[in-house]
Amino acid sequence: MTARLVYRKATNIVMLTLTGVCTLLAVSVLFFILGYLLWHGGKSLTWDFFTKLPVPVGETGGGMANAIVGSAKLLLIASLIGVPVGFLGGVYLAEFGGSTFSYIVRYTTDLLNGVPSIVIGIFAYTVIIVRQHHFSTFAGGIALGVMMIPIAVRSTEEFLKAVPNSLREGAVALGASRSKAIVTVVIPAAIHGILTGIMLDLARVAGETAPLIFTAFGNQFWSPGWNQPTSSLPVMIYTYAISPYDDWHRQAWSAGFVLLTLVLLVNVFSRLILARKGHIAR
Amino acid sequence: MPTSTSIAEYARPSERARSFLSRLRGGDAAAHLITFLAAASIVFVTGWIVFELYTNSVLSRREFGWSFLTTQVWDPVAGQFGALPFIYGTLVTSGLALLQAIPLGVGAAIFLSELAPSRVSDALTFLIELLAAVPSVIYGLLGVFVLIPFLKTIEPAIRRVLGFLPYFQGPFYGVSVLTAGFVLAIMVIPFIISISREVLLAVPADQREAAMALGATKWEATWDIVVPFARKGIIGSIFLALARSLGETMAVTMVIGNDPKIHASLFAPGYSIASVIANEFTEATGDLYVHALIELGLVLFALTFVINGLARLLILSTTRKGSS
Repeated sequence: MTARLVYRKATNIVMLTLTGVCTLLAVSVLFFILGYLLWHGGKSLTWDFFTKLPVPVGETGGGMANAIVGSAKLLLIASLIGVPVGFLGGVYLAEFGGSTFSYIVRYTTDLLNGVPSIVIGIFAYTVIIVRQHHFSTFAGGIALGVMMIPIAVRSTEEFLKAVPNSLREGAVALGASRSKAIVTVVIPAAIHGILTGIMLDLARVAGETAPLIFTAFGNQFWSPGWNQPTSSLPVMIYTYAISPYDDWHRQAWSAGFVLLTLVLLVNVFSRLILARKGHIAR
Repeated sequence: MPTSTSIAEYARPSERARSFLSRLRGGDAAAHLITFLAAASIVFVTGWIVFELYTNSVLSRREFGWSFLTTQVWDPVAGQFGALPFIYGTLVTSGLALLQAIPLGVGAAIFLSELAPSRVSDALTFLIELLAAVPSVIYGLLGVFVLIPFLKTIEPAIRRVLGFLPYFQGPFYGVSVLTAGFVLAIMVIPFIISISREVLLAVPADQREAAMALGATKWEATWDIVVPFARKGIIGSIFLALARSLGETMAVTMVIGNDPKIHASLFAPGYSIASVIANEFTEATGDLYVHALIELGLVLFALTFVINGLARLLILSTTRKGSS
């Protein structure tokens, strides 16, 4: 009897401690890694990184100015596609949606969210690159735009649904039409949440590499216009990291540092804002 | 009387037209239509992706049929394409990842939901969820320059303990199936922790209280009552992690070694579906080669489709947040 009790109490303590160890291990391993990146990447960062073009193989120095601009251009195209479709789709689900069709849309949105990014890359390749016969910024932007849609939809829907119904009723009671109420009352009430959701969405696709490898491809020089291959930060990290040159490794660390800092800053601020407003769509 | 009916009948169509016009001007119908189109386009694009994958893999499907999935030979020069080494690599790396991520992730989720004070739990979960936002290419970078040197130093120790198994034999170059499994584990742990924790927190408090009132220890209440109660959601989080790791491209490509052969040893290099597409797509010459790679994409799509669907059903049935 007592032996049994001792055994049970011992199991209790041992197992509970083990769960704590799990947490500690998960958190510390992960943070060691991040700390290492921030330290190592920050150390290898130079001003040239932001202002200069990559140098040919064998020379040291140079930077990734074209990749930074390239990433910005890709994100611009991506948001021109992902944000309107995602936002309007979210408005439909929250404000107009019937039952069956909305269910289908929600389900496909979740499905699209789970499609591996490399498959989205194949899609952009077969739809655009095959017809154009060359790699382009445009195709890369479209691939990223498609990837943005699901999260934009779900976060817009959630924040609109969080707006109390009394606001809608109040607006309609004052004589506003349904759409007028949505545009002037409901959306403004949810706009901060929706915008932070979209920022998180952008931060997520900013680090995507796989869909860009065979759409935007890469470029050692400035990419003029929107119809030429362009380099981007994630693809540069990839190609530089797997190269055999030490100086390229150093630059991969710098690029990783810059990308990670941007992504984490956006995430920290967005999540702090959203934490006050409730749930975060993933 | 007759006149009024005829007037009413006469007026009806134009009235209808006017009311549609006024509704349009008021914006309700227009807003409905525009947002409907946006929503419909999501369904359309998803269907389009499947369509493109299917039609652009026709050559390879016609040439190899179902044996594509069971053939080991991948020889672009000879025009022989079999997907088995990649399917094997994908499944083994994901399996290795889950083997490490499930105990760690579920353990941590139990700690965060049952033991830690809510402030500590929220803060830690916040940090852990940040890790889910780290781009995969960064995990690849760390895999190449931190994890591989680390594994090389502990490799003799692994060999000494487990070397009698066929899985830990042969030379170790750093890039290997094992390395990819480690990187994937680190990448999916945050998903398992954050979703499992949410599911565990959704278990009603009276379940715990009732168990403790009957004399169960804290651990017994957790393991025998709370965890089984949240079982479906936890399994759902594991499936979601599995789907993520199956489709993960960059980090795996950078550390798996890219060798299209099946080796028994985990120390040997391998290849995964996503990484062969990433590596060979731009170099693929000939339509059959491209179609074979796209068929691999189709296989990957089908795999993640089934597993994501299961994950969502499971999570949906325990919490009402299907979007997580």
